[in-house]
Amino acid sequence: MATVELRFSALPEHVRTARLVAAAVARRAGVDEAVLDEVRLAVGEACTRAVGLHQTGGISAPVKVLLIEEEKQFSIEVGDEAPHAVPGERTGAGPGDPDGETEEDEMGLAVISGLVDDVEVSAEEHGGSIKMTWPTTPPPTILV
Amino acid sequence: MDLSLSTETMGDRTIVRVGGEIDVYTAPKLREQLVELVNDGSFHLVVDMEGVDFLDSTGLGVLVGGLKRVRAHEGSLRLVCNQERILKIFRITGLTKVFPIHTSVEEAVAATD
Repeated sequence: MATVELRFSALPEHVRTARLVAAAVARRAGVDEAVLDEVRLAVGEACTRAVGLHQTGGISAPVKVLLIEEEKQFSIEVGDEAPHAVPGERTGAGPGDPDGETEEDEMGLAVISGLVDDVEVSAEEHGGSIKMTWPTTPPPTILV
Repeated sequence: MDLSLSTETMGDRTIVRVGGEIDVYTAPKLREQLVELVNDGSFHLVVDMEGVDFLDSTGLGVLVGGLKRVRAHEGSLRLVCNQERILKIFRITGLTKVFPIHTSVEEAVAATD
């Protein structure tokens, strides 16, 4: 079972809440302070992507965030319920897209994979998820 | 925290000072501001990000969109940023090669292509 589970309506204003909760739980779990900024950004990117997928797909289900504390590691899994197309069938941004909004999904994933070493992305017919894992530091000990 | 925006004109440059968090919720406000400036004829923009606490890919998308708009008018979009955690996002995405990034507003205003 997840240490903390968060479900929120697929609305942009709730992404910040997810970031704050994830960072708070990560800190408690022992994720290094220097990495918390990355945790905050990565979970924000994953939630933003999920919100976008739900909104464009007209999906009323909430976005689900699982914060999982385990021995020596901390994981965040962001799940969406959007049906995912078979890879390779996606179309790129069209010429009538000056702000490149359709590219943001890829940009979000690019940021996540640039930030987090351990990422698993799954995309299936009934939904997808992004699972990110960070090591946690053991309790402080005196080093000689 | 919300997003704060203010603008100031210095010669032919327009400084856009941004504060707070730029994410999926607040980025549309920044997009509106940039679109409005370009529509009003400001084609040389300096976006001062020293007051920005958080920036995600949605924010990057808005800045890229702003750059495309000013370039359509042979303009420029320069960034002012010294914060490592914000600069890191530009590096990860390769956007340090796309945006001129300056250490101060004065330096950005004085810069020419």
